[in-house]
Amino acid sequence: MESFDTDLGESIAQAQKPTGERRGFIKFLCAFIGTLISVVPFGAGVWSYLSPLVRREGEGGGDFIKVTTLDAIPADGSPAKFSIVTDKVDAWNRHNDVNIGSVYLLLVDGEPRALHTSCPHLGCFVDYRRGKKDFYCPCHNSRFRLDGDRVDGVSPRAMDALQIEVRNKAEVWVQFQNFQSGRGRKVPVS
Amino acid sequence: MKSLLGWIEDRTGIGRLVGVLLYENIPGGSRWRYVWGSTVAFALFVQVVTGLFLWMGYSASSGDAWESVNYIQNEMSGGWLLRGIHHWTAHLMPVLLLLHLMQIVIDGAYKAPREVNYWLCVFLFLLVVAQVLSGYLLPWDQKAFWGSTKVATNFLTLIPFIGPGLQKLAIGGVEYGHLTLTRFFALHAGVLPVLVVLTVAGRAWLNRRHGINPTEDGLGPDACRWPDQLFKDVVACLALMATVLAFVWHYGAKLGAPADSFEPFSAARPDWFFLFLFQFLKLPIFAGENEVWGAIYIPTLFLGLLFLMPFLGRWNVGHMFNVFVLFVFLGGAGAFTYLAKQEDYVGPNSTGYLKAVLRHEQDASRVKALAKGIGIESTALSLLKNDPKTQGARLFAQHCASCHRYDGHDGLAVELPKAGTFNKLKHRTGLRSRFFSGDAVHPDWLARKAGTQDEWQTVRSLLRAKAEGPFDIIAAAKSEEAPEAPDLRGFASRRWLRDLLNPDRYVSTRYFGGTAHKDGDMYKKFLIRKVRKYEATEMKMLDAIAVALSAQAKLPSQAVADQTDGALIRQGVRYMMDDIGCIDCHAFGKPDPDADGPDLTGYGSRKWIIDFINNPEHERFYPDNNDRMQAFGVKKILTDDEIGLIADWLRGDYFEPAR
Repeated sequence: MESFDTDLGESIAQAQKPTGERRGFIKFLCAFIGTLISVVPFGAGVWSYLSPLVRREGEGGGDFIKVTTLDAIPADGSPAKFSIVTDKVDAWNRHNDVNIGSVYLLLVDGEPRALHTSCPHLGCFVDYRRGKKDFYCPCHNSRFRLDGDRVDGVSPRAMDALQIEVRNKAEVWVQFQNFQSGRGRKVPVS
Repeated sequence: MKSLLGWIEDRTGIGRLVGVLLYENIPGGSRWRYVWGSTVAFALFVQVVTGLFLWMGYSASSGDAWESVNYIQNEMSGGWLLRGIHHWTAHLMPVLLLLHLMQIVIDGAYKAPREVNYWLCVFLFLLVVAQVLSGYLLPWDQKAFWGSTKVATNFLTLIPFIGPGLQKLAIGGVEYGHLTLTRFFALHAGVLPVLVVLTVAGRAWLNRRHGINPTEDGLGPDACRWPDQLFKDVVACLALMATVLAFVWHYGAKLGAPADSFEPFSAARPDWFFLFLFQFLKLPIFAGENEVWGAIYIPTLFLGLLFLMPFLGRWNVGHMFNVFVLFVFLGGAGAFTYLAKQEDYVGPNSTGYLKAVLRHEQDASRVKALAKGIGIESTALSLLKNDPKTQGARLFAQHCASCHRYDGHDGLAVELPKAGTFNKLKHRTGLRSRFFSGDAVHPDWLARKAGTQDEWQTVRSLLRAKAEGPFDIIAAAKSEEAPEAPDLRGFASRRWLRDLLNPDRYVSTRYFGGTAHKDGDMYKKFLIRKVRKYEATEMKMLDAIAVALSAQAKLPSQAVADQTDGALIRQGVRYMMDDIGCIDCHAFGKPDPDADGPDLTGYGSRKWIIDFINNPEHERFYPDNNDRMQAFGVKKILTDDEIGLIADWLRGDYFEPAR
């Protein structure tokens, strides 16, 4: 590294008037107390700013939610989109019975399957193309088969399948959960 | 490393700047009296840092401001500390600036060539006061809305010619709402901080240009700011921070009930450092048209005098005059502050004031519990407005308490569970506690619940008894007149009905002693003729009837008991129908046009109470023998919602946080 004519320490020293003695301990105390009291407001601020990291709340808590009934799912195996309606907490507000997301439901061999409508790449909304019988993400052109497997495109994984249960013989319940986008593995958002 | 520092110094010259800042000469050596400027600068630094972090959680709209501040205070980790530091530093800032200003005037540091330094300091003081005022509004609670902002912005209208327009601009229209908050927030977090920083920078530059003003006393050898003076500065700042933290720890930053322009708040007061002005304006001389003198002209003249002080200070007499004026101001402000507090806590209207304070604190803690327990779907204010515990009691006091009582009072009594011992209560009713503490109590409206519900004693007589041990007190306005209608605490509960079926209690003032029903068939034909002669077996039947009838109410407090006592309830119903024969006079289970007494089907249930309040003269209740009770619903005295709130409150059917 090149050398310079000026130096930080020397510059400070040049401005210093001779005081006779060095008060090392007082200088240390000055720096110590000064740092301590400056850290307090920052500390309180950072502590509160980091609260989302320690707080687990909001949508997609992984509870089973009643979505529809079996007879509402097309019998021909094509997917249909359903809204997930439940209570949602948005910081200081609580919203009752609001739409927190959506799923594609389809019948495979007579069994209902649920796929998250968000693209695993960056979370765009995945469309169902009736003519081509596939799922297609309009943002970055990823294509998926009806079972959710990736055909081509930049998505790092297949569409996210969700746990599904049929209760009371006809009610379709889905364990709705959001997953982190852009990762090869399904990692729940919590 | 050395060459990296060299590179930084070569490109920025930061080392030289630090050197210039640190190695300022202090003529006559370091002094503790020089620390005030540094503490002000440190306080400003704290406010900027904490303010920025608070900004990350704050939402400036009338439907979100209180809610977001409550979230910061009670939900966000560390939010209580962050807001506490910002709150209490704001309280101490005017004090620090005043001390700094006094130091400048007393030392004569405003004299040539330092006039502009001084003016900037006065200007900074005004800016900080504006910061405190604008920040006071932002939580949008009752205290902020009524106590300071509404009154303060109304003063603007007193300014000749431009006043009304200025007020409109300040609050963003003629009504207080979203725009008031966005405008005040922009002032508080944008405009004013920029002006503050520019003023502080200008002052720092001028201080450096003219140097520190040496005091005449204690001239010693010169010293350097680093480390001598800086050490004193950081110790002072440490003391400031410790004071702030102590306040945060001990008192926290309070958040009142959400602002409500339709809910009068008779405890509306400005913050403590404006109390002197508040009291000053109460002087009779400023009544009516003259108010503009006290609110605008005299403060402006005083500020003008403050700005002229450097010129007056050229003469020794002028300097002495300046110092004199400052001390007269401080003495006067102190005296007026004391008088304001004194009037609130021991003056003729202190009962009303303290009751309003207590009611506000009760609302504040209730709405916080509701927000935490059931969540805020629209606004916190609507939670409070739809809360039977809060509104039912108020409606009862307003419409029912002229005849009825609730546990002996008008429905608005406040329980003070932390009342502690008599000695503690003595302390809380004492002058010192009333002066300094927000939760002082007033002896005149205190009563202690004694062994039975009928007996009430004032705390004064209890204090005279010098008893010891913990107890609960209830704060309520004592009613001057004896009740004319039943006490509805625990209405339709088992205990209430058991007492109702007791002949002596039936004609006591707790039940129908004050009504025409004391001469009715229920008392004369049933209670006197029959019940008085009942043997133990029949008394047991009567008790089962009380249990069965009470089960009709489906009271939340008796849900478990009603479930476990199913057999007894069924037995009680049989006694009502057959053995005791309640249905001779009352309808039960099905309509009975020949019945004289009230329908007992669903007695005490929500619907029954609502129907009764709606029209007590309905054929199901007292078509011929209603005694003075208004048909509150039919006559549109109360709305359906209001009647529902009263019913829910009487039934204890409202949210209570888990203990």
